[in-house]
Amino acid sequence: MLDSVSAILNALASGDASARQITEQSLEAIAQTDPKINAVTHVAAETALATADDVDRRRAAGQSLGALAGVPIAIKDLICTTDMPTTCASRMLRDFVPPYDATVIRKLRDADAVLIGKTNMDEFAMGASNETSVYGPTRNPWNHDRIPGGSSGGSAATIAAGQVPASLGSDTGGSIRQPASHCGITGLKPTYGRVSRYGLVAFASSLDQIGPMAWSAEDVALLLETIAGYEPRDSTSLDTPVPEYSKAIQSSDLRGIKIGVLRDGLEQDGLDESVQKSVTEAMQVFTDLGAEIVDVQLPHSQYWVPTYYVIAPCEASSNLSRYDGAHYGHRSDADIDPADGPLLSMYRHSRQEGFGSEVKRRIMIGTYALSTGYYDAYYNKALKVRRLIRGDYDAAFQQADLLLGPTAPTSAFALGDKLDDPIQMYLCDLYTVGANLAGIPAISIPAGLDDSGLPIGVQLQAPALEESRLLFAAAAFQSQTQFHQLRPGKP
Amino acid sequence: MPQYETIIGLEVHVQLKTDSKLFCGCSTRFGAPPNSQVCPVCLGMPGALPVMNRQAITLAVKAGLALNCNIPPMTKWDRKQYFYPDLPKGYQISQYDLPICADGFLDIDDPASEGDTRRIGLIRAHLEEDAGKSQHDETSGRNDSRIDLNRCGTPLLEIVSQPDLRSSAEAKNYLTELKLLLTHLEVSDCEMQEGSLRVDANINLHLDVDGKKIATPIVEVKNMNSFRAVERALDYEAERQYAHWEETGQTIKDAPKTTRGWDDSREQTFAQREKEESADYRYFPDPDLLPVRLPQSFIDQVRDTIQETPAQARDRLQTQHGLSAYDADVIVNQGAAILGYFESVADVSGDPKRASSWIQQDVLRTLKEQETSIEQFPIPAKRLGDLLGRVRSGDLDNNRARDVFAYLIENDTDVDSACTALGIEAVDSGEIESLCQKLLDDNPQVVQDVRGGKQQAVGRLIGQAKKVNPNANPQQVRETLLKLING
Ligand SMILES: [Zn+2]
Repeated sequence: MLDSVSAILNALASGDASARQITEQSLEAIAQTDPKINAVTHVAAETALATADDVDRRRAAGQSLGALAGVPIAIKDLICTTDMPTTCASRMLRDFVPPYDATVIRKLRDADAVLIGKTNMDEFAMGASNETSVYGPTRNPWNHDRIPGGSSGGSAATIAAGQVPASLGSDTGGSIRQPASHCGITGLKPTYGRVSRYGLVAFASSLDQIGPMAWSAEDVALLLETIAGYEPRDSTSLDTPVPEYSKAIQSSDLRGIKIGVLRDGLEQDGLDESVQKSVTEAMQVFTDLGAEIVDVQLPHSQYWVPTYYVIAPCEASSNLSRYDGAHYGHRSDADIDPADGPLLSMYRHSRQEGFGSEVKRRIMIGTYALSTGYYDAYYNKALKVRRLIRGDYDAAFQQADLLLGPTAPTSAFALGDKLDDPIQMYLCDLYTVGANLAGIPAISIPAGLDDSGLPIGVQLQAPALEESRLLFAAAAFQSQTQFHQLRPGKP
Repeated sequence: MPQYETIIGLEVHVQLKTDSKLFCGCSTRFGAPPNSQVCPVCLGMPGALPVMNRQAITLAVKAGLALNCNIPPMTKWDRKQYFYPDLPKGYQISQYDLPICADGFLDIDDPASEGDTRRIGLIRAHLEEDAGKSQHDETSGRNDSRIDLNRCGTPLLEIVSQPDLRSSAEAKNYLTELKLLLTHLEVSDCEMQEGSLRVDANINLHLDVDGKKIATPIVEVKNMNSFRAVERALDYEAERQYAHWEETGQTIKDAPKTTRGWDDSREQTFAQREKEESADYRYFPDPDLLPVRLPQSFIDQVRDTIQETPAQARDRLQTQHGLSAYDADVIVNQGAAILGYFESVADVSGDPKRASSWIQQDVLRTLKEQETSIEQFPIPAKRLGDLLGRVRSGDLDNNRARDVFAYLIENDTDVDSACTALGIEAVDSGEIESLCQKLLDDNPQVVQDVRGGKQQAVGRLIGQAKKVNPNANPQQVRETLLKLING
């Protein structure tokens, strides 16, 4: 089975497959499945094959190779790449090819990974359903009428559809974990600062984090090991050594580990019964593995979503100011509005035409919340609540080593279902935004199927920089369960 | 006609003398081809992130300490949002509520009373990145805009004074002293022509009308390209505000602060269109940059690197070198390089007063004539010190020394070689004595005149001695003649 990173690495090492064969398989899978699911926005066939050939040549010559040599990997289209466009699924950046590689891209290239292409997403990572892309929605490989989750929906769907064994996404409020949950894969949002943001097109700088997506915790660990680490070009990057995550996960003995469960969170309105059931069953699996389940409180969890939906739009409104038509990206050629003059006309028309409605909505919210007279009532207050939320987590992690709960309130919903109801859409992030506000790592792992055969994920959260603990628990769970081995369209 | 007082506060932007920009490694060299000193970070490209330049922090702290400011233990970065084509990110990274320096002062000469000083309060000094430069002609259509982003991200220190200045002359003294201090400390070049020192002035009038105080609306004056322009603009603006008040009676309560530009050729201020009407900059902490902690040990370390300030140098020239207050002022006000030159000449020659007068006259005149700087001056300080030492010891007279000086400006050689080339030889005292004796023998009248009380009669013989031996030092000849006559 060539759909896992570790299986591919084994096949390549033993000579059962060449990097070219693997890459061709990946390209073929994209050609076959993507017309239906629309997960990939750019396929870099030529450079991917050239990289694969180079890996094969060097392997034949007995030269040393990187940790991911020959593994096809897809990249969310907001991570800068010099040889592929980086569009953020926006008309604003539709033709933008960055003059530099993101740090994570440089690290993947150094690891001899095969960069196969860019994946679809919600425009500028704003959305929970992958429907706000300028390229049109991505469809869930498990059911084409369903959304894959957002905003890294393309990165999740490309794996679920068997196009690639792994991908990179970004997570600002749950954008890796929520689509991972909906697509039946494993997705990790690392500690804020664990992976360099240099080259990640910013949505909300204090919340954004790049993370790996793959079928299993084992594969995710391999990817994280490659992309994590200190980076002097990112001031928020953490200067601590990167543990060998792939080694940390080799035991499945969870004795002595306390897993905290938020009882209130399991009785929340809007939480689907099937999700609730999956979490309860997961608790049993962890208990069987020797872990102890304890009750924890996160008293300010009801403020997660409102706090997030102040801070994220504020930062977004600022980060997106640079798209003004002056230097790069979309510039309108609409007529000059006499009342505005040429400059203001250029700004207004370029931004009007370049951004979609969800992006505009958040820019408006952020601009409003930061303006004089409202700053203290919204932004400043949100920062204060954010500190309380962090305090909640610190207290909870005094009682538990890990926290377990739902990733998303429901399984994947139908396309168009929530598109006209922003509030409903924002509530998709109910369980995930806390980790972003606190800067802690969190992982979503497949934990069941609902009645319609759609995947359900559960989420584990850990204290800052405890990715090893997360991956260790997730791998232990996956040693006892088959959910991560289920594939769409197969019984 | 009511009495009024002019109230002035200055905002001075100085470019810090760093090797690279505030948040990236690009050069800040002036005059490079447009857009040749840029990178993804200073261009604000999607995904690029700023990284703080430690050297800029150090220089800002240095300036702040020299300006008697408090350096808070923590400072942070904020984004100031506005749209402008020369601002690629759509925001400027600046400092809002926690500036790196706060509450300082600068003592300046009181132009109204010689020898007195005035203490001008400083509200704050904060770091920020510069924007680019755009040239556009909005009247002739959209295709005429050119943007040079080389300057984007250049580190600036904005020094904001209290409205403590009361005249354009005080404003000029403030700027002169500030520039002198910052160049002395090598914090900034303060080259106004290159834009590394820029001044905005806030000005209004406080009128005394029948015992009641009335303030005119505050005006911010921009685009002043020299200290002279600042002086003239403020004088013009004070008169304009007075006339405007007489005409309209408008006070600070009736009108918000406005911005006016200075037209140097027409010598008047003019109403300027604002970048944004009633700007709301929507400041908020930059999430890409962590707050900066400045431990006391770091601040102390910076304090240790502060060379003496111009004010301290003036004192020292008077006490240590015995210069007059006026001379000390002239030397120090010429800047650190001239001060250093002076000190070296004074040390080598052992004659600070002579060093001061030669530098003030001969050296400065030559620099002006040759339009050059002391760094490029052809006579190194040690050489001039050597020359003046010989004048002091009597080996050379002032006139011969000037010949040597002129020769040294043209020729890169030492004093000895210059003397040889000019035919100047040291003359031993025995030789002078026999020459003088011979002259006295030939001119008994002079001997009689001197004995009769007319000492100046020897003057005639000095000229003759010079003719016989051009290297004879007139002072020495004079003394020898008198000694021989008076026995
Ligand atoms: Zn740069």
